Amino acid sequence: MSAHAAELAVHEHKDYTGAKIGMWMFLFTEVLLFGGLFLLYAVYRAEYPQGFHQGGLHLDVFLGAINTIILLTSSLTMALSIAAIQRGQKGLAIFFLSFTILCGATFMVNKYFEWSKKIHHKIYPGSEALAKYVDNMVEEGKVPPQQKSGVLLFFSLYYLMTGLHGLHVLVGMIAMAFILRKLLKQPFVHHRWNPFQKQELQGCRLVLEDPNGQTIWKSETFDETVKHVDVEFQYYPAPKHVHPDDYVALENTGLYWHLVDLIWIFLFPLFYLIS
Amino acid sequence: MSQATAQNIPLSFYEEKSAYPGIFAWIFSTDHKRIGLLYMFTILSFFLFGMSMGFLIRLEKMFPGGQFFQPATYNALFTIHGVVMIFLFVIPGIPAVFGNFILPIQLGAEDVAFPRLNLLSWWLLVIGALVIFLSLFTGSKLPDTGWTFYAPYNTITTANIPMAVFGAFLVGFSSILTGLNFITTVHRLRAKGMTFFRMPLFAWSIYATAWIQILATPVVGITLLLVIAERFLGVGVFNPSKSGDPLMYQHLFWIYSHPAVYIMVLPAMGIVSDIIPTFCKKPIFGYKAIAFSSMSIAFIGYLVWGHHMFTSGMADLARVVFSFLTFFVAVPTAIKIFNWTATLYKGSIELRAPMLFALSFIFLFSIGGLTGVMLGTLNLDLHLHDTSFVVAHFHYTIFGGFGFALFGGIHYWFPKMFGKMYNETRAKWAWLLLFIGFNMTYFPLFLAGLEGMPRRYYDYLPKFAPYHFWSTIGSWIMISGILFMFGNLLHGLLRGEKADDNPWGGSTLEWQVPSPPPLVNFTTPPVVNKDPYDFSDILKKRNSSPTPQDQEDKGGQ
Ligand SMILES: [Cu+2]
Repeated sequence: MSAHAAELAVHEHKDYTGAKIGMWMFLFTEVLLFGGLFLLYAVYRAEYPQGFHQGGLHLDVFLGAINTIILLTSSLTMALSIAAIQRGQKGLAIFFLSFTILCGATFMVNKYFEWSKKIHHKIYPGSEALAKYVDNMVEEGKVPPQQKSGVLLFFSLYYLMTGLHGLHVLVGMIAMAFILRKLLKQPFVHHRWNPFQKQELQGCRLVLEDPNGQTIWKSETFDETVKHVDVEFQYYPAPKHVHPDDYVALENTGLYWHLVDLIWIFLFPLFYLIS
Repeated sequence: MSQATAQNIPLSFYEEKSAYPGIFAWIFSTDHKRIGLLYMFTILSFFLFGMSMGFLIRLEKMFPGGQFFQPATYNALFTIHGVVMIFLFVIPGIPAVFGNFILPIQLGAEDVAFPRLNLLSWWLLVIGALVIFLSLFTGSKLPDTGWTFYAPYNTITTANIPMAVFGAFLVGFSSILTGLNFITTVHRLRAKGMTFFRMPLFAWSIYATAWIQILATPVVGITLLLVIAERFLGVGVFNPSKSGDPLMYQHLFWIYSHPAVYIMVLPAMGIVSDIIPTFCKKPIFGYKAIAFSSMSIAFIGYLVWGHHMFTSGMADLARVVFSFLTFFVAVPTAIKIFNWTATLYKGSIELRAPMLFALSFIFLFSIGGLTGVMLGTLNLDLHLHDTSFVVAHFHYTIFGGFGFALFGGIHYWFPKMFGKMYNETRAKWAWLLLFIGFNMTYFPLFLAGLEGMPRRYYDYLPKFAPYHFWSTIGSWIMISGILFMFGNLLHGLLRGEKADDNPWGGSTLEWQVPSPPPLVNFTTPPVVNKDPYDFSDILKKRNSSPTPQDQEDKGGQ
């Protein structure tokens, strides 16, 4: 850039920190969304400890543990994918991101088998067979009569909380798929600036140079009729050079994915390990 | 590759060319000013609809016994009135309108942090509203649960509650996105030199409100989703016949809905904190105290929800604690009220229309707030719970507080938003009608409530007849005041004189840009080097000009 033009401060339109702040706010809202359900869980479990115990006996600890391991692994690969893209290693980033999506899918498949097995045994909220089954438990003396509601509430909350969590896994997978597509297509980087002030423009011209100082393009000299300049250009970044703006979407998806993982870390013991 | 425009006077955001034709230039615009006006038009339409419902409720109650409607229709009327007013008018309210239009300019920013998300918020509100209106006609009867949608009736009634509740969920999501946007805007887009303690108090109030929006709304969101799940998925977390506990619904509902009253009223306090110094030409008294009190109201407001449930069944200790915490929330509110009145002291007060609204806010909100403390008192509440005393209380806080501040804000920023002036004399008359009508409508309900008039009742004992009669007459005066006010504003919009950039002599940044502002707000990014309510420059300019009273006649035609 020419000496004069170089003094013009160039301000990026995209705000990396802003995007991060926004994402953290959103995660707070997610925590509170689940918070309502955790609150219900806490109150009902305190009220019906034996009912919850009986309910917990019906969950498959093995499948739950497998799913926990899968999600923990996926959090690791997500972090690795971000670390890779921050270093400009796109291929590696794509590999780890695909692996993360695969983990999410495996989790969902497990969940599907788990749920369908239960539904096959008529264990679902509002099921008459379940109500009868719980009545039998009372007769057999497994559950005291006043704890009967606890079993039903356990299954209601089990389906609601793991269901909402599964929905979040799905949303996370969709978000990752979008970013994967973006990475695979190697999109050109698109920048748009309008950083210049009226006074600063007078007598200046805009010059584009390559790293060796060769002029690629230059504009007319701006006279007093020019009030506003928009600079818009597209380029293909060198594979080793990735701008923070390009990975903020991946980082934010990573944050979301870690939260989904974290919620599961709480769901697993609260449902599978209480008996 | 580059484009250049060649004007010396910037075009206003109305004149700037849009990529879309006609109405699409508005409903697809990501400009915060256009979105602010979209919100204003939208929520004021909902207000007029809700007001008609209120008018019908009062009409029905003018005399004892049935007058015009069946009892079931009456139940639907107060439900729809509440749902529309709360979810579609008051909750989006001031943040959506002025948080959008004014906040970025007050901060010296070009727009909010996420303009496209901002547009999505408006769309979510509109879609949520459509869903709510659709729910009215898709059940076997009109919704009749009251705006609180209490369990277990919400799953038993044959009205289309799941749909109404889903609409409210969408509106809540819109509110969350708005809050998220404003917090990021305040943190990232303040102008050079605009430190946190140089922000106008309106910006502070929007900031505090935004935190409540994102931290409280998700709780009601999940609660409303659970209502839908109860109806369709057979789960029974609230319905006692399916082993749930209806009290849990009340807890979850009020964990959001008490903080929600501060979503309504904090921005209103922000507007008042901006109007009062402008019309006193004096820095606001206790700036930091007001700013911090907004934040502490937002915080303490979380811990008091139990006061809605004193008669529902709760441990005695919990009730005492909730009662005590409720008293505590009155402290920061009182701090604000004392600071506003201290600002008035020895100020050169100009009683323009916005100032009248701001002053009546202080008066009415004090009544609403103090009766709130009465209701928060455990033993008094056992007597007053679910009486018309409660109805009067929350109309004094929400309408007397939020409503008067919103109307004050509309008058205050009208010249900035539209570049036109309304007729000042008529605005004052409209205010007077509204103020008298308001007190006549709601004050008798305090008295009736003290004597035991239950709320939401279709019929009542003859001894309550005089209160209801005068209340209904008052509602007519109030509504004529509102219609007169809107008529005057509309007239100003169409025929009003051109407004100056700074008609009131305001000191905050929005008064330094043209009226109406250009698309990018500031042609040169502002640099802030003084406190928000520093009027020394404005007073200097005013004193040096030969006719300081010029402005006085401008609005009066
Ligand atoms: Cu409350």
